[in-house]
Amino acid sequence: MTMRSSDMVLAAMLAASVAVGATWVASAWRVRAEQPEVLRRAALVEQLGLTDLALFTEARYTRHPSQSDRHAAFQDHPFALEHFPSGSVLPPRRQP
Amino acid sequence: MSGWFSRQRSLLDFAVSSLARRKGKTLGLLAVYGLIVFVLASAMLFSHALRHEAKQVLAGTPEVLVQRLIAGRHDLIPDTHLAAIRAIRGVKSAQGRLWGYLFDPAAAANYTLMVPPADAPAAGQAVIGAGVAAVRDAAIGDVMSFRAHDGALVSFTIQAIIEPESALVSADLFLVAEADYRRLFGIPDGRFTDIVVTVRNPREVRTVAEKIDAALPDTRIILRDEIRRTYESVFDWREGMVLLLLSGAVLAFFIFAWEKASGLSAEERREIGILKAVGWETADVIALKSLEGLVVSLAAFLLGYLLAWLHVFQWGAPLFEPVLKGWSVLYPDFRLTPHVDELQVATLFFFTVFPYTLANVVPIWRAATVDPDQVMR
Repeated sequence: MTMRSSDMVLAAMLAASVAVGATWVASAWRVRAEQPEVLRRAALVEQLGLTDLALFTEARYTRHPSQSDRHAAFQDHPFALEHFPSGSVLPPRRQP
Repeated sequence: MSGWFSRQRSLLDFAVSSLARRKGKTLGLLAVYGLIVFVLASAMLFSHALRHEAKQVLAGTPEVLVQRLIAGRHDLIPDTHLAAIRAIRGVKSAQGRLWGYLFDPAAAANYTLMVPPADAPAAGQAVIGAGVAAVRDAAIGDVMSFRAHDGALVSFTIQAIIEPESALVSADLFLVAEADYRRLFGIPDGRFTDIVVTVRNPREVRTVAEKIDAALPDTRIILRDEIRRTYESVFDWREGMVLLLLSGAVLAFFIFAWEKASGLSAEERREIGILKAVGWETADVIALKSLEGLVVSLAAFLLGYLLAWLHVFQWGAPLFEPVLKGWSVLYPDFRLTPHVDELQVATLFFFTVFPYTLANVVPIWRAATVDPDQVMR
């Protein structure tokens, strides 16, 4: 007996939905398993008094966005334009 | 109920065979649709997980930081400011920090040079981040030398390497002793990069900050709350070039999908005409075409989301790396903890699956309500 095409599609959709569901389970499991690592990172931040993530190391105002002011990107010389690529993805520091 | 179910199965059979007749078109649409969902979901999962990580990791960042500004630029802060801050009521402690940037010509990379507030390495020794060790291929016991402000060489023996699991906050760190830091940059005693202040009562942080601001007008105060806000807006969807580029692709897709869904081909019109001629009702035709749209959009969402999850949390988001890296030589090797925002996923589901399915229905309804004979001509 051949399988009906509707059954094949339903089975494929069900399998994909189960796989998406599995990502939720895997996420929850990993969040719990990786908590000690996160706490170690947080402890290092507290111990060294760090303020920023080491995501963009190309310029001082992208390495430490929380410590820079809004003008930092344009300070190199009069009429200087911001030219580092990560300045395009990282918004300037929020003022209070 | 079983009658309704068997009817839906038959409709689905018909919808699948109808899609299979236009195999190339359907697969092409599925691929483009899935790709759009993949890119949107990747950006969404990545930025949410990173924001969550920043929130957790930076919870213990200094409560209040005081910088000195001269002519709008950050300047070294003298220890007289330190004494003035300690005299303010409500201040528990104030300590000068020493940190800065060092460009290493050998690796063409920027390091963050820092003197740890406690347990600093001995003079001539250094503790380095995993990223520094990687770009310089350095191991414990190796010697790294840099030119000091006066041109003299200052050498450091690597005492330890910070664990790679902390690379997200420590990849570019170069921890040295206070004497070495001052020697390297020629910073005299009694001067600091900035000052860390702790406050006795956490509810008085703002008041203390205002007092510092009033007592020392040449300073700028950064609160922990502001640092948190900075990272809350990291890769904010409204900002940045990525979204700008992405919005072009998304708009192009919506035009494509709308065109595909709302403009019926002559073949489709004929199909609807034949179905009506053999006795199908308008509601059946609409249900059939809605099912076709649902199959395509649901499959695209499920595939796109699955691939995005794997891309971000399993493979380390390699497609974002060139964007985030920019011109940086040193980039942290990190794996994000999969914090997923259910509401964001639901929003993505709603905005990717429903519009396409609905866009399918309107023209079908229009075609299906016309006389079959007229439609087939």
